[in-house]
Amino acid sequence: MNWIAIAVTFKLALLTAVVLLIVGLPIAYWLTFSTWRWKFIVESVVALPLVLPPTVLGFYILVAIGPHSPVGRFYSDVVGHPLPFTFEGLLLASILYSLPFAVQPFAAAFAQVDHRLIEASWTLGVSKLHTFFRLIAPLSTAGLVTGAVLSFAHTLGEFGVVLMVGGNIEGETRTVSIDIYDEVQALNYAGAAKTALLLLAVSYGVLLLVYAMNRKVWAVWPQR
Amino acid sequence: MAATLTIDCRKTFPGRFTAAAQLTLPLDPPRVLILFGPSGSGKTTLLRCLAGLEWPEEGRIQFGSTIWVDVASNIRLSPQARRIGYMPQDYALFPMHTVCGNIEYGLSDLPAAARQERVRELLALLQLQGLEQAKPAQLSGGQQQRVALARAIARRPQLLLLDEPLSALDAPTRAKLCGELRRLLTQLAIPAVVVTHDWAEALTLGDTIAVMNAGQVLQVGTPQEVFSRPANAEVANIVGIETVVQGHVVANDNGLATVSVNGAMLKGLGADVSGSAVYVCIRAEDVLLEQAGSGGTSARNRLPGRVVELLPQGVLVTVTVDCGFPLRAVITRGAREELGLETGSVVMAAIKAGAVHLVPRSS
Repeated sequence: MNWIAIAVTFKLALLTAVVLLIVGLPIAYWLTFSTWRWKFIVESVVALPLVLPPTVLGFYILVAIGPHSPVGRFYSDVVGHPLPFTFEGLLLASILYSLPFAVQPFAAAFAQVDHRLIEASWTLGVSKLHTFFRLIAPLSTAGLVTGAVLSFAHTLGEFGVVLMVGGNIEGETRTVSIDIYDEVQALNYAGAAKTALLLLAVSYGVLLLVYAMNRKVWAVWPQR
Repeated sequence: MAATLTIDCRKTFPGRFTAAAQLTLPLDPPRVLILFGPSGSGKTTLLRCLAGLEWPEEGRIQFGSTIWVDVASNIRLSPQARRIGYMPQDYALFPMHTVCGNIEYGLSDLPAAARQERVRELLALLQLQGLEQAKPAQLSGGQQQRVALARAIARRPQLLLLDEPLSALDAPTRAKLCGELRRLLTQLAIPAVVVTHDWAEALTLGDTIAVMNAGQVLQVGTPQEVFSRPANAEVANIVGIETVVQGHVVANDNGLATVSVNGAMLKGLGADVSGSAVYVCIRAEDVLLEQAGSGGTSARNRLPGRVVELLPQGVLVTVTVDCGFPLRAVITRGAREELGLETGSVVMAAIKAGAVHLVPRSS
């Protein structure tokens, strides 16, 4: 098995999940509680990676961070090398690609929190920010874990976006799914089978965790 | 000028009605204002505007010298900044916190020792000792209500807002806790606004009652004024209780109390303590009128009196009889003709003891 590719993949998935846990929370909070009438526009943008072919998403990201775009030029001026075909570029693409997998469970969990509890907290003098950390987040633990775990699992298996933005650089952007593809291209079915089985086992384990978490949570959901 | 809570605001509910309220509540000495009316009359909305959880489209709310809402100058004070104690109808206790955790939730700016001291005080005040570590789901309705009250008053609010504080309880618990709530409100000496649709609660808790319907405040006055002298037929219909007079319990025999009302003696149910001050409440349709000197019935109360007013309303006539106090009865036009009732006629009013409701009042 290609342990380097496995290490790159897990590092990528873990960082994606962590970043989405931080970035996804305010987005999900806003999507849940905003009463702005045009909110659906933002909701649709967040959900776009669910339906877009990864190659299309990858293509636009590649163009957006490439040397001909202002973002890409700014990045290479500051850091010293361009963003495409690096681990950082791949991480950025993964975050965008997995955004709905984090934001949607977060938002669903926030929406489940009884609004009367939130109001009670406000009238007790607790600010909106503290109400989030003291009330909404603790009551949404299952949704937060679900979102983080799903974005982790989703990143493990991504292929199209990685190929478009990351390329296939050993130790930098070659992930497990690309490694499997290479093995099959080289007719090394035994090598591909081992890696594929590992990915299957990890994905299944992760989903088991998600469903077990939510099952436990429904059983002890706050009485209303 | 004495400090007041002044409310003057409007809010539209598309397809239903426009709620509009103009009310003034003196804050010193602290009083209890009751918002009384049927469900959907806009009383909860008004309370939520006071809490800062809903915003009127027009108007202003001023508490003492602080403006809470002034739509014209775009002032909207957040609920956090109002220092209120708000208790929603279903209490909204935090399910993941214990009784202590709920009570101290709003006290996080106090040092730990002071916080614990305050929680101990509140547990004692509301008789919640022994339940410190219980979760809300393990508590009875009455206990949940007391925890919600403790949480609402923990920060020593300057205004207490209670939305149907007793409606989630069963009838016997409600009657018991209503008296306790009255004592607590008196003891705390915090001005309060209480929403209710129950006339007995309104009489027990309120110093001032505002009767609301379809978003409008129809009448504001003391409980007795509003109940016995409704401003118009709509108010009379909403309060639904035509005779409310003050009395004193003189004897109590196994729950059947004898009450003196301006010299007349009445038997009724509801008050437990001899010597206590009560409101005597009688519905007009529970009063029978007979010719003076007719035979006995099972009714415990037979009061001779003189008709002072006859008010025809469709097929019915509302008759006011002076029995030492004004008693209202509603009879049909046919019955009036048979009895030959005119102003000045002498009649006998018969009322079953069960129809005489005694509601404790602060004397």
